[in-house]
Amino acid sequence: MLKTFPKGGVHPAEGKYSAGSAIEALPLPKIVSIPIAQHIGAPSKPIVAKGDKIKVGDKIAESAGFVSANIHSSVSGTVVKIDNVLDSSGYKRPCVIIDVEGDEWNEGIDKSSLIKKEISLTDKEIINKINESGIVGLGGATFPSHVKLSVPDGKKIDVLIINGVECEPYLTSDHRLMLEKAEEMLIGIQILMKALSVNIALIGVENNKPDAISHLQNVVKEYPGIEVHALKVQYPQGGEKQLIKALINREVPSGALPLDVGAVVHNVGTAFAVYEAVQKNKPLFERVVTLTGESVKKPSNFMVRIGAPVTDLVEAAGGLPEDTGKIINGGPMMGKAVNSLEVPVVKGTSGILIMPAEESKRKKESNCIRCAKCVSVCPQGLEPFLLNKLAQLEINDKLETGGVMDCIECGSCAYTCPAGLPLLDYIRLGKSRVSQIIRLRKQ
Amino acid sequence: MNKTITISPSPHVYEDTTAKRLMFDVVIAMLPVLAFSIYFFGMGAIIVTLTAVVSCLAFEWLIQKFLLKQEPTISDGSALVTGILLAFNVPANLPIGIIIIGSLVAIGVGKMSFGGLGNNPFNPALVGRVFLLISFPVQMTSWSMPTGFSNSYTDAITGATPLGVMKEGIGAGESVSAIMDKIPSHMELFYGHMGGSMGEIAALAIMIGFAYLLIRKVITWHIPVSIIATITIFTGILWLANPEANADPLFHLLTGGVMLGAVFMATDYVTSPMSVKGMWIFGIGIGVITVLIRVYGSYPEGVSFAILIMNAFVPLINSYIKPKRFGELRND
Repeated sequence: MLKTFPKGGVHPAEGKYSAGSAIEALPLPKIVSIPIAQHIGAPSKPIVAKGDKIKVGDKIAESAGFVSANIHSSVSGTVVKIDNVLDSSGYKRPCVIIDVEGDEWNEGIDKSSLIKKEISLTDKEIINKINESGIVGLGGATFPSHVKLSVPDGKKIDVLIINGVECEPYLTSDHRLMLEKAEEMLIGIQILMKALSVNIALIGVENNKPDAISHLQNVVKEYPGIEVHALKVQYPQGGEKQLIKALINREVPSGALPLDVGAVVHNVGTAFAVYEAVQKNKPLFERVVTLTGESVKKPSNFMVRIGAPVTDLVEAAGGLPEDTGKIINGGPMMGKAVNSLEVPVVKGTSGILIMPAEESKRKKESNCIRCAKCVSVCPQGLEPFLLNKLAQLEINDKLETGGVMDCIECGSCAYTCPAGLPLLDYIRLGKSRVSQIIRLRKQ
Repeated sequence: MNKTITISPSPHVYEDTTAKRLMFDVVIAMLPVLAFSIYFFGMGAIIVTLTAVVSCLAFEWLIQKFLLKQEPTISDGSALVTGILLAFNVPANLPIGIIIIGSLVAIGVGKMSFGGLGNNPFNPALVGRVFLLISFPVQMTSWSMPTGFSNSYTDAITGATPLGVMKEGIGAGESVSAIMDKIPSHMELFYGHMGGSMGEIAALAIMIGFAYLLIRKVITWHIPVSIIATITIFTGILWLANPEANADPLFHLLTGGVMLGAVFMATDYVTSPMSVKGMWIFGIGIGVITVLIRVYGSYPEGVSFAILIMNAFVPLINSYIKPKRFGELRND
């Protein structure tokens, strides 16, 4: 029996068309727009000005607090301006716009592909280095990684969990990384283990990637303390709380963090970025992005410089298909639909999914027939039909006691609803209202 | 970019299950039952089913169109299900006029008066059935006998149901073993060779439908199993205590509406609880009330009443019995 989380879950069509495409470097963009807010927390403060000449890896915006992250240039060239640019949230947000000239890297970066195994930094130095390199959670949540590694006094972490689940349909960037950069990734995991002073790291991978699992199991033999676990294909296996439950059978209490149960979770992409930052002195300025979709000519996995426009990826994958109806930043379950191909790739962009028009429309709505399918698929044990109604009626106290803040917005309820009700839309609305109320109450 | 693209919040993909497909799966699951009815009762079964289905669809359409001024939604299949279920719950020789009245009560009172699909607290087909049972007690309890396919309809040979024979016999002080000699064997009961409402006779056919509903994930096993288990245990205790005064559990399961009610009536989405724990409470309640009515009440059969009574408790069950939340264990 494969390990999995005990409650709810769905199994959407996997659509991993790009699983066989090796990671290729995307041609350098002509111009990049690098947002100063690519992470959860305070937006960074730009430290460059119009006309500045910069190199790849130069810091261009400085972390503005503990929960924030540095931002580095992904290209060499001249800063054109700092201006508001449309990003995948649908809003215009401040970006540093750089005209690309050549590809000159900061001298400090080790560009060789030689694998450096020996870890010379101490735990404190590692955390500083990760902070300095602007590393955030690359699974999509973009929470600054150094924060997760700075364990508060009185908390004891005994296990590091590495998320290689990639439960979102279509996306394959983590899958390719595990196949092609396993060694680097495992060294990255060792670095994270050292930073947290733990002896055990568990890598969870969904069983639809047997090649990645067997490859990792081979390579991992030289890395004591690290184990690879195959997990059942069940969305949202990669949800932090679900993954912890599946791997070590600990249940993160409502409102608490993984570190309250002695665990820290990092994504495989983050582990790779940690390796590059600590061993190669390379800050986070590029990442693997899947460009895929049913009608895409060449579903691909690209190594993309942060700030490159999505249109560059689309062109490199054979152009925008004729029948395009929706462009999604991320996977089909939790990704955001974007309204322009000019939006920049950011640290949290794990994939771009292009959906055909006939699949882009929502299901027709009909009456709730109280079939309870939403209740049975909710991985958090909530009652989506009820939260949906309460949110529509703005009954905020009942929403709060009904556990709306426990919703992880995985979308399983809306995915499964036979009446085609937009359950998650209303639950999100209710959740944001309740969180505002909670904030005001604390003041 | 000159394309029209859709912007909407996640999720962007949906399961291809629709409410309509679920309803039509229920209809498919009922086909074996219908086939057995036609085999045993002939033309009567066909006439009763067609009348109930056509009048249920017609009343829903008329009420939506002219009373509620809504876009009619009869194509969603729910009125079709109600029609077939109503037919299954009446004798195969019931006069057409009475069926039409039952359909009007089922759809008009049982469903549309509460706001249509999804809002009715009681199973509409059972509302219709119980209304008819109280209003037309003679016609509703003159059961056609399973004579094999024939063209007889209201002129069919009638007789008592095994449950009726049992109730009367026990009432007259006869021993259960003596009564058992007057009714078909358990094997005959299993494939439906007995008098009764046209859809409730063949446990075999109902179990085929149950298997289909489970495979298609239309329903879960909890409600049917909890009802059947409760009736088995409750009647089992009575039987073990005094086998000469109480029928055995298998007799109780195979006769009357237990199987039909457990699989097709109590599992109606709209009128059953939403959580697994709630489903158990609901099923156990139906089982207990059914046995109480059968053994201690004045009616020989009590499944319909039991389901309607438990339907009334569903809102209460839903508000007090909640699924266990993830991460709840240490958060009190």
